[in-house]
Amino acid sequence: MSIDLSQFHQVFFEESFDGLEVMEQNLLGLDPKQYDPEVVNTIFRAAHSIKGGSATFHFSSVAEFTHILETLLDQMRNGQREVSAHLVDLLLQSVDCLRQMLTRLQDNQPVDRREYAELEAKLENEIGGEQTASAKVAEANVDENIDENIEEQQDMAWFIEFIPERQILQTGNEPLRMFRELALLGEVLVVANTDELPNVAEMDETLCYSSWRIAVLADVEESAIREVFEWVSDECELVVKRESEAKVRARLASHDSTASQPTLDGQAATSSEEEVADESAEPIEDSTPTQDLTLPNQKDVQGTATSNKAAPVATSGSSIRVSIDKVDSLINLVGELVITQSMLGQMGEDFNIKKLERLREGLIQLEQNTRELQESVMQIRMLPISFIFNRFPRMIRDLSSRLSKKVELEIIGETTELDKTVMEQIGDPLVHLVRNSLDHGIEAPEVRRANGKPEQGKVSLNAFHQGGNIVIEIIDDGAGINTEKVQAKAIERGLISETAELADEDIHQLIFEPGFSTAEQISDVSGRGVGMDVVKKNIQSLGGTVEVRSEQGEGSTFTIRLPLTLAILDGQLIRVGSQIYVVPLTSIVESIQIKSNEVVSLAGNFDVYKLREDHVPILRLYETFSVKADFTDYSETVLVVVEVGGKKIGFMVDELLAQQQVVIKSLETNFIAVEGISGATILGDGKVALILDITGMLKRLNYQKSSKKGLAA
Amino acid sequence: MSDVEMDSLPIEIEYNEDQQLEDLGAEFLGFDLQGETYCVDILSVKEIRGWTEPTLLPNAPSYVKGIINIRGDIVPIIDIRERYGMDHSAYTKSTVIMILSVMEGNRQRVMGLVVDAVNDVLNIKAEEIKDPPKSGHKISDENIEGLYNANNKVYVILSVSSLLDLTDIESHYRKQFSLESVE
Repeated sequence: MSIDLSQFHQVFFEESFDGLEVMEQNLLGLDPKQYDPEVVNTIFRAAHSIKGGSATFHFSSVAEFTHILETLLDQMRNGQREVSAHLVDLLLQSVDCLRQMLTRLQDNQPVDRREYAELEAKLENEIGGEQTASAKVAEANVDENIDENIEEQQDMAWFIEFIPERQILQTGNEPLRMFRELALLGEVLVVANTDELPNVAEMDETLCYSSWRIAVLADVEESAIREVFEWVSDECELVVKRESEAKVRARLASHDSTASQPTLDGQAATSSEEEVADESAEPIEDSTPTQDLTLPNQKDVQGTATSNKAAPVATSGSSIRVSIDKVDSLINLVGELVITQSMLGQMGEDFNIKKLERLREGLIQLEQNTRELQESVMQIRMLPISFIFNRFPRMIRDLSSRLSKKVELEIIGETTELDKTVMEQIGDPLVHLVRNSLDHGIEAPEVRRANGKPEQGKVSLNAFHQGGNIVIEIIDDGAGINTEKVQAKAIERGLISETAELADEDIHQLIFEPGFSTAEQISDVSGRGVGMDVVKKNIQSLGGTVEVRSEQGEGSTFTIRLPLTLAILDGQLIRVGSQIYVVPLTSIVESIQIKSNEVVSLAGNFDVYKLREDHVPILRLYETFSVKADFTDYSETVLVVVEVGGKKIGFMVDELLAQQQVVIKSLETNFIAVEGISGATILGDGKVALILDITGMLKRLNYQKSSKKGLAA
Repeated sequence: MSDVEMDSLPIEIEYNEDQQLEDLGAEFLGFDLQGETYCVDILSVKEIRGWTEPTLLPNAPSYVKGIINIRGDIVPIIDIRERYGMDHSAYTKSTVIMILSVMEGNRQRVMGLVVDAVNDVLNIKAEEIKDPPKSGHKISDENIEGLYNANNKVYVILSVSSLLDLTDIESHYRKQFSLESVE
């Protein structure tokens, strides 16, 4: 087989990591008191898939490790072994260990099995004397080999008895292929036993009724032979014996064990290499017409995931798994688009003014199709947030035992979808926040009891959509933020002056300042100096915000707001002179015609607009950006009021234009980042428009304020 | 036979590229800036286009004319005449923008330079390049790779990477905001 397996590596790694996740989740759900065989089965199947895959790709360290794991799981599955907390811990450790191995392999780093020897020994120990049948056989063979080696040094050969389970073909395993592979090792003699073969009428073509006795007339390693059967080792009875060539030939000719004289078409075939393959193909073909036919059945056979199904060609970059529904809807939309296009095309061939109305309709339809298509394509990048949330049960379990706290985790809205890029980058900040909640938020059980709270603390993760944002809340019922402590620390660190009088809310914000950590002792859970400022920075770099609400003694809530996607933005186009800018629609509170009498001038030529209860500082865009505007007095201009992080500003603009979705292009690709500009986009007429970054604009406003004050002073 | 020739052709070109300065020389694109002649390595020139009104970049140095859309890419336009303190006339449709690219790491960065006119393609061998005189030129020394005499003209060979350098623009922005933020 000369297929380049490396092209499938990426798929294998992805599947294996998925499998590990499944194992982990199910292990966490494994309750010793309520034994659910289905859960154990699921874990077993995941482990089995990893084993099969890793053996296929010759990642022997992983395969061997998983094999041990699988043995243990098999015993659990068969009810030979009680599920205990100790066992679950051990299995969770193994999952970690496998993940580490796979990560290394993925990075093309060598895996040193010795590192894992300890855990392996523990597992072996657990399994104890009960070794699997195949292992016993292997051992027995080794003994035999030694004996016979002494007797006769020459002409050693292998006798193999291969009795597959009937469903073996349904998992895509083809005995013929294995024989061909055996033939690569040396001369091969095969005798098929077709006793079990029913009449053609009764035959189920997806089942394998034959078994084989095989002689490999070559002195090769046992592992080389076992490797051939690696994929099917659990779906067959396999006997591998090393004997003298004469003995092997004799065995093949006679019919000891279950095999009897072959009948009819499945005749005894003793020939070499290619002929073997061809002849033995006949009985197989009788029982299984083609592989294509067996394919539909694969779906029914769950769990035997060692099938070598056709995997998509892996790319070197990151990839994404998309549910088939999404792809189907995409294909539907493209279909509609093609119909609209052909309709318009036809109309264009003999167009006259009478058809104008129909043309307009067609264009509307085209617009509709395009928008739907765009949404659909964006959907493909969207993944449920459970991808991140799923790592938390394990984390909470480990952390709470390390911190000797009792914590319950509640996850709400794990099906909320968000962009993959956002997802990848929000993981670490979330982990940090949850760790913080556990470490600083939730109190020790005795403290909780003393405060009249239940001993078990609670951390909730809640994700939901709100407007064009996804909101993630991390809620704990712990001690809340100790404002005095925070204030004292901030003074000590020189973040605020001693005399500053701050509202509780402002003090809470201090925890996001760089270099702020209240942990008295740097624990290994949190307080490594990489603090909340990094969390805040990461979230802001995604165009999001993070807020904290806290009540002392009651708990804290961290609220993260993120844009749903980073690639497309709903924008309001505004015009200042000849320039067009895009303001993110989600940040716009309202747009109003300025009434001059509501403008209040403050010291230093700085104006605010009285908007009901609020005073909104006015930013003259033409001034800030040094461009020419049509109007510089208030009477003719429009005020676009935007809000970010609870603060409002009003942009003074000449005109409001259309609202439309824009594709965000980075300025930094060919230029540098500009404060107040989050990127650029290309408008319908091919012109470039800048997209305003509201957070950055707020900063600019502050610069202006202070510089003007400076001038006035 | 013809297949063999076809196959060997690209290899030969590659070889020439490596050896270009010694053997066949490299091609340069000459252009005019206020009566003086300059040239850059032609391999870095992506295209030459007429003037289109760019979108202004707020608070940029005056020689940064703005950004334009080139087939979906956002490309900044810089007037090197202004950058190096030369006069220039108003922009018309015949004002020329040279789109240059430079590799930064494994990423290509593209920028447009406004010039008066593009003239010849020159084939220059390494030994024909003369060292530039120190200073005395509007364009600072590190931007100049050498001088080349041809057609009774002196061509100043400019380094593309230093032409596209953004350091002074970055510092312009930084200065602006640090100034503004002073209390």
